[in-house]
Amino acid sequence: MELKEKLLSSFLAFENQVDVDTYVHDIRSKAIKTFENKGFPNKKDEAWKYTSLNKILKEDYSVFSKEENNLDYNDVKKYLIHDIDSYKIIFIDGKYSSHLSETTHDGMDVCLMSAALTKPKYRLVIENYFNKIAKDDSLAALNTAFSQEGAFINIPKNKLAEKPIQVIHFSTGKESSLMLQPRNLIVVGENSHVQIIERHQSLTSNPVLTNSVTEIFASKRAIVDYYKVQNDKQNASLIDNTYINQKQQSHVSVHTFSFGGKLTRNNLNFYQNGERIDSTLKGVTIIGDKQHVDHNTLVHHIEPNCESHQDYKGIFGDSATGVFNGKVVVEKEAQKTNAFQANNNILVSDKASINTKPQLEIFADDVKCSHGCTIGQLDESAMFYLRSRGIPEKEAKALLMYAFANNVLESVKIPELKKRINKLIANKLGVNIGFDL
Amino acid sequence: MLKIENLHASVEDKTILRGINLEVKAGEVHAIMGPNGSGKSTLASVIAGKEEYEVDNGSIVLEGEDIGELEADERAHKGVFLSFQYPVEIPGVTVTNFMKTAINETRKAKGLPEMPANEMLKLIREKSELLEIDRKFLSRSLNEGFSGGEKKRNEIFQMAMLEPKLAILDETDSGLDIDALRIVANGVNKLRSKDNATIVITHYQRLLDYIVPDYVHVLYNGRIVKSGGKELAHELEEKGYDWIKEEVSA
Repeated sequence: MELKEKLLSSFLAFENQVDVDTYVHDIRSKAIKTFENKGFPNKKDEAWKYTSLNKILKEDYSVFSKEENNLDYNDVKKYLIHDIDSYKIIFIDGKYSSHLSETTHDGMDVCLMSAALTKPKYRLVIENYFNKIAKDDSLAALNTAFSQEGAFINIPKNKLAEKPIQVIHFSTGKESSLMLQPRNLIVVGENSHVQIIERHQSLTSNPVLTNSVTEIFASKRAIVDYYKVQNDKQNASLIDNTYINQKQQSHVSVHTFSFGGKLTRNNLNFYQNGERIDSTLKGVTIIGDKQHVDHNTLVHHIEPNCESHQDYKGIFGDSATGVFNGKVVVEKEAQKTNAFQANNNILVSDKASINTKPQLEIFADDVKCSHGCTIGQLDESAMFYLRSRGIPEKEAKALLMYAFANNVLESVKIPELKKRINKLIANKLGVNIGFDL
Repeated sequence: MLKIENLHASVEDKTILRGINLEVKAGEVHAIMGPNGSGKSTLASVIAGKEEYEVDNGSIVLEGEDIGELEADERAHKGVFLSFQYPVEIPGVTVTNFMKTAINETRKAKGLPEMPANEMLKLIREKSELLEIDRKFLSRSLNEGFSGGEKKRNEIFQMAMLEPKLAILDETDSGLDIDALRIVANGVNKLRSKDNATIVITHYQRLLDYIVPDYVHVLYNGRIVKSGGKELAHELEEKGYDWIKEEVSA
């Protein structure tokens, strides 16, 4: 059976299994119809011109995990930033793992989507925020139809979340192939501040397809720093759909580190609903083999005096392929907008490729918008300079690539995470040198 | 220390060196002078192992070993150091991290363990004082936004850190004011010993007042056409290069 048919026919069984709340039930039912009508995107869709899902959709995925699986903390702690105090919301094959997690209800909710969707005390939050900004496209709708589990983070106003929150999805490979559809909802109150790290990690070579939706609401003057670590196994693919709604003077940053996986698609959407908002979108992509990473970003400037900063760096080796499609819309009312976008790439091999496309739609006349994309190779004179000091070819290349990505890393605010990213980059480049001192 | 015999080299099929013979013994300083385009910088790059340069004939022997086929980093591990005429700017790599990587990779090639961090810091402190380098400078990106003098001081600082057997200084005096020149020359002189050797490539005699050579060679049209003592440099300063050209064509 084709995956689409399988999902459609599984929907009823799924709805029977979860507590049917009529409010959410209606949303799910509408969403499955949207998915049924639209189907999976294909290359005829402009937004999917350079990314084909065909191959990964051919696997015979289980659409839910049949059993509860366990993991030993010591076996998986290397995938966490384990040397800092943090809240942890951890899932194994789509199911919540209480023994690996560390949640809280003390002054804020760091807990589960399944609880938020079913418990009466969260009813109002769900009605106000759930599925309010996720797009009506086929993949987001598919996720909505099957929305059940994920992270629910609800921070009231004037609250500084004193430690970062890690949201990690493991897949164990107990199923021969598995599709996961995590659903996250993050609501950050006025003047509040939170840091979140998200990671999807397969533990075997069995195929995994994750279609994730995250909705983030940042109230007035809220600060949200979100980090996505994508370093998955060769048979794991991820479609990440993240939607961010910002109110006035809020600052939201999303850093995406894409170092692995078979196919990764990041749909990252910022909507600015207020004045003096700051949105930051940064990414480092370092891939090889036949890996594919596609960054599809949107920043929607709706009101005056706001800023957005986009900076994506890509390094592509072997037969790896990359896509950057960055859209910036500046509405007529959004005067004095400052919107910056940069996408710089290095192709390390002749077979690697990148398609990069900025899209600016500007309807206001008093704005500062800039965009630039470059595709290049490593500088030979810099290579000779490094090698003449005794640094071998591989290490010299790694150092130059690290230097190239460095200004994206500089804005990572959690030092331990930055250290970890540095290490991942060194591993990815196959060298054993410390990039920091 | 270094023995170059009948060295011919070309870049993109254009022959630049046409039979260089040069022997440099441990403890010596040799100056190589010559008009623009005579092949001075090419000679420096060929000894250091720049890939674009093709060695068509001849040999480069360092301490009895032919290094002509080795990669630039392997030559560095054997003790060759080139101070660049135009040091490359590398944003995102700090001077300290660069030096740390260079030293540890060199140690690795020699089968030695990494230098402990405290030892490294001590070495950096010591050598930066020698070149009168501000500590803040060490955490800046390599050569990025450095003045001409800072770049050259940074080159000699790297030389001090790596303690090469054979140092080649390619136009180290260009772009230096008199104070920077004094600091750089002082650094080079302090690093001189009976076990290492220095080749100073320069267009002008000025630097040789500070780094006094044992021998002076004149490179013209890809060959060494005249050799002598340090007085030859003064003669060139006074009379220019035309008389050499005339002598050669006569």
